[in-house]
Amino acid sequence: MAVNVVKPGLSTTVQDLGRPGYYHIGIPLSGGMDRFALRCANLLVGNKEDAAVLEAVFMGPELKFTEDATVAVTGAELPPKVDGEPKPLWTSFKVKKGQTLSFDFLKKGARAYIAVSGGIDVPVVLGSRSTYTLGALGGFKGRKLEAGDKLPTGKGRAAKEGRTIPEKLRRGPSAPAELRMVPGLYWHRITTEAGKHFFADTWKVAPEADRIGYRFRGGKALEFVPREQPFGAGSDPSNIVDACYPYGSIQVPGGTEPIVLHRDAVSGGGYFMVGTVISADMDLIGQLQPHSQARFVEVTVAQALKARKDRARLLDKIRDIL
Amino acid sequence: MKSRYSFGGDEHIFVECDEAMSLEAFFKSLSVTNAVKKARIKGVTEICPANASYQIKFNPDVIKPADMLKELKAIERDASKGKHTLKTRIIEIPVLYNDPWTHETLMRFRERHQDPKSTDIEYTARINNLDGVDGFIKAHSGAPWFVSMVGFVAGLPFLYQMVDRQRQIQSPKYLRPRTDTPKLTVGHGGCFGCIYSVRGAGGYQMFGITPMPIYDPNQKIKYLRDFMCLFKPGDIVKWKPIDRAEYDETVAAVDKGKFTPKMRDVSFSLDEFRKDMDGYNAKLMGALNGR
Repeated sequence: MAVNVVKPGLSTTVQDLGRPGYYHIGIPLSGGMDRFALRCANLLVGNKEDAAVLEAVFMGPELKFTEDATVAVTGAELPPKVDGEPKPLWTSFKVKKGQTLSFDFLKKGARAYIAVSGGIDVPVVLGSRSTYTLGALGGFKGRKLEAGDKLPTGKGRAAKEGRTIPEKLRRGPSAPAELRMVPGLYWHRITTEAGKHFFADTWKVAPEADRIGYRFRGGKALEFVPREQPFGAGSDPSNIVDACYPYGSIQVPGGTEPIVLHRDAVSGGGYFMVGTVISADMDLIGQLQPHSQARFVEVTVAQALKARKDRARLLDKIRDIL
Repeated sequence: MKSRYSFGGDEHIFVECDEAMSLEAFFKSLSVTNAVKKARIKGVTEICPANASYQIKFNPDVIKPADMLKELKAIERDASKGKHTLKTRIIEIPVLYNDPWTHETLMRFRERHQDPKSTDIEYTARINNLDGVDGFIKAHSGAPWFVSMVGFVAGLPFLYQMVDRQRQIQSPKYLRPRTDTPKLTVGHGGCFGCIYSVRGAGGYQMFGITPMPIYDPNQKIKYLRDFMCLFKPGDIVKWKPIDRAEYDETVAAVDKGKFTPKMRDVSFSLDEFRKDMDGYNAKLMGALNGR
């Protein structure tokens, strides 16, 4: 069974829950930026939660089906249509052999997850089907989709039409988005005053926002605590001896524009970091559009764990319903 | 050298062995991360050594961050008592210095450089008091380098020159990063050398190019069939200056599946190395060249 790509959209890639275990040699986790939405899409069509789906950014692809399938679209508000007829979001629907799945313009959010019953069956590379485009690894030929691609799908029991996730259990970005973060790593490099306005300022997502990281601008530049730079670090006060970068870590090159690293993170480098966005809020970043507003909110590790638990409970509720 | 521990959100612990780069800090990072690997702690998903620091990623649903921290501190206490020895390998990497491809690229991004009137090699030679391009190549390829970290992008090695601090080549990164770097560029930033494993953005000075691929996601290249990345932290690298003819021959041999990198197993002792760096490096060269 296959799905033929008529139009690829802006940047559509195959993603699952990622490829842990290779970050120490620079191969990042990859996988859906909004893992919650990815899991929900799979649950709706009767797949395992970690099956591979399509992640479409800002604009949907046009896909022609060669067999009957059940499909669900979650995440961004990118309204699906089957042969031109509108279908609901966060709800399973049928696409028959020969029919075309297309999308209306994006209304809200940034990334839609398109699950097909049976999952997208590209080869498993280092334990995952996710695409890591920078390393030309995994997914469909290691790259984003192009017109003419034929995507293999797996065999799977297709779920019924009309399975839906109630609106109050869906998640998307609020405005301004609040990104909870645990200060740390090299937080001590900036002055107390700079630390205060880092949280007080409203930041805006810059156009340079992708799977590697999200850049923010519009806040005041951070002032550094003066020091003699350690050997090997480089001369700029924002430089450190090249170190590992946690997922969600917030680096601020030159002290001006914070960058939050995401699922395709560069695994290390020479810029200091002020802290790390908590695991429960990583999905939310994947749904932020350029120019949308965000604030950083200080939390403790204990609060981060509580938020993580709340997130897991929400998913449990959805599993119970479906 | 006292380690500094920090939580990276709820899923990481970040440990800075030392603020400054040194082989001692690197050995500490490597020995602790090796010990963490051996300990097989449930819930640990990534163990990442770096130049003078390391990072552990874990699933906080399996092991609480506070417990993970306790485990790491206990492991560090035991690991730092260990000897500074390492079973590793030495790998020869051919380099065409001053090649046409990095030259074309550095000319394209000249206005982002500290010294638009020189090439990256000329500039780095000057600020390190080396005798022009030839003096630079001699200094760069004269002694071996340690792979002190692998990362940034897939399979990219950071390299630390195995000479005393006064002789280490140092060079700033470009004023503004380039948007392009040829694949397999031999670069340098701060005190670190590197090989760009893929084409892409970069801020390091560009000195040359190697014909020897170090990353192959398709695993078609003979010596990358077992694993797609060549380098591991702790590997030792020796640059071998080559000319254009040898560069072209090597590229052709790689394509035909006939190229085998020169590589030998060696053991390394930090204490012995510190006693007599040049003498120790000469022994390593002997091992590489089968003497």
